[in-house]
Amino acid sequence: MRGILNKQLTQRIIFMLLAYAIVQLLVSTNIINAYLQATLVTICINIILAVSLNLITGFTGQFSLGHAGFMSIGAYTCALITMRVPTIAGFLAGVLMGAVMAALVGFLVGLPTLRLRGDYLAIATLGMSEIIRIVFINLDSITNGAAGLNDIPRFVNWPWLYVFVAGTILLIRNLLKSSHGRACIAIREDEIAAEAMGINTTKYKVLAFIIGAFCAGIAGALYSSYFYYIKPDLFGFLKSVDILVIVVLGGLGSISGSVLAAVLLAVVSTYFQSFPEIRMILYALILVIIMIFRPQGLLGSKEISISMFNRMGKLFAFGKGEK
Amino acid sequence: MQLLAIEKLTKSFGGLTAVLNVNIELQQGELIGLIGPNGAGKTTVFNLLTGVYVPTSGNITFCKDDSKISLHGLRPHKICKEGVARTFQNIRLFRDLTVFDNVRIAMHKNVKYGLLASLLHSPSYRREEKTIADASMELLKIFNLDEKKDEYAKNLPYGEQRHLEIARALATNPELLLLDEPAAGMNPAETAQLTELIKWIREKFNLTILLIEHDMSVVMKICERIYVLDYGILIAEGTPDEIRSNPRVIEAYLGEDVSNA
Repeated sequence: MRGILNKQLTQRIIFMLLAYAIVQLLVSTNIINAYLQATLVTICINIILAVSLNLITGFTGQFSLGHAGFMSIGAYTCALITMRVPTIAGFLAGVLMGAVMAALVGFLVGLPTLRLRGDYLAIATLGMSEIIRIVFINLDSITNGAAGLNDIPRFVNWPWLYVFVAGTILLIRNLLKSSHGRACIAIREDEIAAEAMGINTTKYKVLAFIIGAFCAGIAGALYSSYFYYIKPDLFGFLKSVDILVIVVLGGLGSISGSVLAAVLLAVVSTYFQSFPEIRMILYALILVIIMIFRPQGLLGSKEISISMFNRMGKLFAFGKGEK
Repeated sequence: MQLLAIEKLTKSFGGLTAVLNVNIELQQGELIGLIGPNGAGKTTVFNLLTGVYVPTSGNITFCKDDSKISLHGLRPHKICKEGVARTFQNIRLFRDLTVFDNVRIAMHKNVKYGLLASLLHSPSYRREEKTIADASMELLKIFNLDEKKDEYAKNLPYGEQRHLEIARALATNPELLLLDEPAAGMNPAETAQLTELIKWIREKFNLTILLIEHDMSVVMKICERIYVLDYGILIAEGTPDEIRSNPRVIEAYLGEDVSNA
């Protein structure tokens, strides 16, 4: 048993290092040029956003339309800190503070609104993110209002992106494999039964909200640090919908599904840049087609895992042996 | 020793009084039946006991380790933590999760490792998860569900879903188990088997059981005492023999056939 565990762990570490090294190589050799790098950053940020929203909506079953609101809090907090302390320490402090501030707002908003269910919760979270946006527009002296913040120092590069993306995925995956994560999933399955089995449903709904907001804050911070320009309108209702689309497309309740969908949509959208007139039509068409043929999302609630590849490998090896 | 005392329990939904001045008393280790015609308020009593509804008036006292705890107004998860577990009349399993996960989730209240330990998969996380997994498998073995541990709960046959619900309730390590029509929808053979099972788990887990059941073959066979509800009012209380010959019960519920039988 110990041997198997170690083998799995080694494989996981090798896979993670490999993913890092390959992209690093492509960046160093300029195959991923400056233009494609923007796509890479978008993919990474969208992965963090989608995986964290999946924790709230896909695993805990709380329909949220306010994820862009949490993202904007992280973006503004990090921007304001790095503009005053333009060092790598300032950047890291900015990301951390951005995440903490977003989590704090997540807590304050979650406590009263999570009594609501389904559509009502969606409307409440939508209202919340609109309030955050309006606050940023009107806090002229700090946020420069609707014009937004300019010249935010850039610290985000591939190594940092990788650390935050891998960190988010690992932490949320670990959480879901624990009793606390199972409590969240139980709420999605049947709230009354979960409560009767000793699960404090309010606590775990708020917890999912806080962790989701924390990660969205990180994503926002990375966004502001890479694209060095933010304004409140970037984090409106449409941004929340964009994230929700990734989650639903990948599969509610599948982390690897969210990752896959984030990559796929970014690649599709980048590829279609060459046909600007019909780009959004094609994009929407692809969404419609996928939803017709895979209404449960690309992966449903299944996960792609390394042990799955191992099993497939064994199956193939077995097949060869027979022949 | 007294385990549960329900005094003058009343619940009104607007103008409708579902339960009125009900008194029930359970001694430790007893197996008690709660019967009555459809709509008599039996499940409402369960919902009041487990905190799904808050009583309009009356007291519910749960005695644990020589201390008396009022369950009135506590949230369901708190009541579960005090040691009251239940099953549901219309099965409420976590349908899209595995049999194994259904039971593991119910062990949540005994988990001591914190959020940080679960995020980092610390040694205490590993240790406790192993304990949970072992205990879950042990429970599943008792109900002959161990070989189906990776099956989705929704794919189990009906009878096994009922069994899994009892296993899940037991996973919360209760002192008082409330079973809401566990034999509903079962055939006579399954019912007979369930009857034995209920008797057996009471001994094995040292439980007190309160049972709602329409199937008289179950209630009359295993219950030591029976309470009869009709229109939210307690109309009789006594041993199965006393209930069988009680004219008020016959009139309200059992009917001519049973009195002649």
